[in-house]
Amino acid sequence: MHIPDGFIDIPTSAAFAAIAAVGVGASLKGAAKSLDEKTAPLAGLTATFIFAVQMINFPVAAGTSGHLFGSVLAAVLVGPYVATLALSVVLLLQALLFADGGLTAAGLNVFNLSLVGVWVGYGVFLLVKKILPKNKPSITTAAAIAAFISVPAAVMGFLLQYAIGANSTFSLTAVFTGMMSTHVLIGIGEAVITAFSVTAVMASRPDLVYGYRGTKAQLEIRKA
Amino acid sequence: MKNPLVLVGLALSLVIAGGISFYASSQPDGFEKSAGEIGFLDTAEDSPLAGSPLAEYGVAGVENERLSGGLAGVIGVASTAAISFGIFYALRRFNKSKS
Repeated sequence: MHIPDGFIDIPTSAAFAAIAAVGVGASLKGAAKSLDEKTAPLAGLTATFIFAVQMINFPVAAGTSGHLFGSVLAAVLVGPYVATLALSVVLLLQALLFADGGLTAAGLNVFNLSLVGVWVGYGVFLLVKKILPKNKPSITTAAAIAAFISVPAAVMGFLLQYAIGANSTFSLTAVFTGMMSTHVLIGIGEAVITAFSVTAVMASRPDLVYGYRGTKAQLEIRKA
Repeated sequence: MKNPLVLVGLALSLVIAGGISFYASSQPDGFEKSAGEIGFLDTAEDSPLAGSPLAEYGVAGVENERLSGGLAGVIGVASTAAISFGIFYALRRFNKSKS
């Protein structure tokens, strides 16, 4: 979901760029507190892996494809602050190097994926994790559900931007219906890729997984 | 970097972006497709960078599609890795007092 230039007018794009900048600024502070010797390389890997996997468009319906957003994958692996930064790096590089996503639209894209996708997704992850039993498979399940929801959540971000400053005049109902019908399917792909990736990291280095930390502490209380 | 997960992950990223990406679906992206069906796709403007040497994940001047896309993918992975590792290692330094 890379918004090109032109969909949303300049004043609205500028306003969202300002909000995105504030969000990224706050995340720099938050990330500095959570990164250490062990998690910094995982954070770099997460950004790089998301860039690579975003190149793989998978078919979702007749004549349509989708690709990973990566918001929840990043949030679960390295925490929401670092995830916001990772997604922003990926989006800005895509816009600057590959002309994927507009330039004036960069703030819109960062808002939708790095802020809405990451933070709504992470919120859902925490909620689901709370309900499920405290074990490793629950982390994957919670990540998959959150990943699925993060896609329509990011679309809602676009809907907000469209409502405020679209350069076209279609009804919000029409935009909502048209966007959601494909993005619910893309959300399923998002959930599958996120589940696979989280499972792989949980199998090799569960100690590095940000979303697993609280769970682990609770399990360690038990003494033999 | 003693962490095999990171090395394996980076190698996998290179393989995905440099090789497997050739087999990605070339159907229009869902966001674009929906915009077309709703009717506002024609309000899209070309990025000011649309003519840049790596635009649309290809390397300008490289005729072979597999090579062009693969090279663009490798350049993308290398750039993302350089910038993100740079930022996250730099941020980690601010955390030194704690650890």
